[in-house]
Amino acid sequence: MSILIDKSSRIVVQGITGRSGLFHTQQCRAYGTNIVAGVTPGKGGIHIDGIPVFNTVEEAVRYTSATVSMIFVPPPGAADAILEACDAGLDLAVCITEGIPVRDMVLARAVQEKSRTRLVGPNCPGVITPGQCKLGIMPGYIHKPGKIGVISRSGTLTYEAVKQLTDIGLGQSTCVGIGGDPIIGMKFIDVLELFNNDPQTEAVFMIGEIGGGAEEEAAHWIKGNMEKPVAAFIAGVTAPTGKRMGHAGAIITGGKGKAEDKIRTLQECGVTVATSPTRMGDAMVEALNAAGRHTPKTAAKPAAKKAKK
Amino acid sequence: MNIHEYQAKEIFSAFGIPVPRSRVALTADQVERAAKEMGGHCVVKAQIYAGGRGKAGGVKVVHHPEQANDVAKELFGKKLVTSQTGPEGLKVRRILVEEAVEIAREFYVSITLDRQTSRYCLIASAEGGVEIEEVARKTPEKIHVLTIDPFTGLRPYQARKVALALGLTGVVCEDCVELLLNLYKCCVDKDCFLVEINPLVVTKAGWLLAMDGKMAFDDNAVYRHREYPDMMDYSQLDTLEINAGKYDLAYIKLSGNIGCMVNGAGLAMATLDVLKEFGGEPANFLDVGGGATREKVAEAFKIILEDSDVKAVFVNIFGGIMRCDVIAQGIIEAASGVHCALPIVVRMDGSNVEEGKRLLLESGLNVQVGETLGDGARKIVKMLGQEGK
Repeated sequence: MSILIDKSSRIVVQGITGRSGLFHTQQCRAYGTNIVAGVTPGKGGIHIDGIPVFNTVEEAVRYTSATVSMIFVPPPGAADAILEACDAGLDLAVCITEGIPVRDMVLARAVQEKSRTRLVGPNCPGVITPGQCKLGIMPGYIHKPGKIGVISRSGTLTYEAVKQLTDIGLGQSTCVGIGGDPIIGMKFIDVLELFNNDPQTEAVFMIGEIGGGAEEEAAHWIKGNMEKPVAAFIAGVTAPTGKRMGHAGAIITGGKGKAEDKIRTLQECGVTVATSPTRMGDAMVEALNAAGRHTPKTAAKPAAKKAKK
Repeated sequence: MNIHEYQAKEIFSAFGIPVPRSRVALTADQVERAAKEMGGHCVVKAQIYAGGRGKAGGVKVVHHPEQANDVAKELFGKKLVTSQTGPEGLKVRRILVEEAVEIAREFYVSITLDRQTSRYCLIASAEGGVEIEEVARKTPEKIHVLTIDPFTGLRPYQARKVALALGLTGVVCEDCVELLLNLYKCCVDKDCFLVEINPLVVTKAGWLLAMDGKMAFDDNAVYRHREYPDMMDYSQLDTLEINAGKYDLAYIKLSGNIGCMVNGAGLAMATLDVLKEFGGEPANFLDVGGGATREKVAEAFKIILEDSDVKAVFVNIFGGIMRCDVIAQGIIEAASGVHCALPIVVRMDGSNVEEGKRLLLESGLNVQVGETLGDGARKIVKMLGQEGK
């Protein structure tokens, strides 16, 4: 088991004929992802790399039984692409596109919330279930099938965390990049809930960063609901307090958003927080040990030392 | 993207939001002439991309034109440091001269994006002014927050509830309803992250006026508004930040001496954290974007080296799908082009990583390769220490 996607997921790529759309379609396919269709308005009827291209998502679903969409549509049309995926009744839409205007996303999100379609992103690296299905722009080779669920707001920092986990011998059940935009589909809590219910996932690693209050919300949810150990890292401890305009941001977040506040809240809620980005893998091992879970041999050493103290 | 108060007020005015009579000036003489037009008694307001100006001495009431001239001379070219500028402050290049108004009551209103609900929300308070954040912290019940349904937009009855909650009655209450509806229209039509009026006042004569205006545009929507780039005041930004912006690089100048180049904002922040942990001081935050390309890496390198504080460079690229040999070539090209002799540590991950490392080590540059994030940070701090001796 895994969450969101697996071997049986049938993928339609929206924006398949664009430069990055095609490049990443090929990369995902090489990883083993089952890409069954592409959509580019006006190009319906052609085949690209043997993949049939349709004018609409609805057509693609009708002819290929696609269940999940990966969106590479450029910003001006991306919100529309999300709405189209929802309208076609897909299980999941993963929107990679960076730079969608917020006003468009407010509307798209309001519709998507009420549909049966889950949304990951936009402005995210995507979702990967190692060894089964890669849906996004992340490098496949750093991942390894296993039992750790990974959730992150960041892109490349997720790669760093995953690599540390893999190097230490901890494979991943599914890795979800939820995206860094102000308006996104699935949030930390939505993904945590899925990991909590997934039998394959034994523990979760969460990567947050300064700004907003999403990590704090997640921390409180973990305390009340999570049955599996969670470790986390928050980027930006040393980030300078930036220039800002006006007071509205501070009023709406109640002054939250600083790394120290996030770390303290997470720790208070029982999450093991990595003190340095070089020790993200170690923090996961520590959390697993504390919960009495089995950890791989390569990772057992630092933990054993700690136990002697 | 931010704009000045005077620009926000011009936009407010176009949306039917009442603002005081005012004039923007670039020289002390212009300020004096404008003050004369206002009848001598007026407010002189420094225009910078930040709030908190009043407390920092950027807003002054004057009583005659000569006094306006004196105040302007003092303000022009000065770096104002407020609670929102950061320690280096922002230079005053424009001054707004505004009619003095007799104020009966002050309010705070804004519309901004609420990440939690994924909606715009209207924030209003009958208390606040410059202390609004304090009010929000200590007595959050005094702040009215209304989440706006994007399909219906802000409705008159909702705006009326807010206006009544602020304690307004009669004609002024209905004026406020109209103002709030116009403010929402302005926020949406202009693709704003934030529109803020602080303070919104009722004058002694019973008129509603937006005494201050702040507006921040959504950078992602600039393509829909051709006028936005021309509204930008580049004097409010760091020169290196402007150059970086041209190449779509996110650059922020910091106070240390280790130049940093990283792909992805999260990893870039984490890299600063690691450098500090190993005793280094980053000279900048620079994100070349998740999918770093050879050209971007080369441009980023040049921008880092233009900063004379930089004594060493740390490159951390988790390329993933990006080929490391291509990134390495970009670095070598840029560094050799400017005859860079500074110590460089490159930490790369991605495909063709071995070839990338070989190219760097054989390039003749003063470069070392970091195997991991920690190893790279340790090496650059060590190289910098040796250089100093």
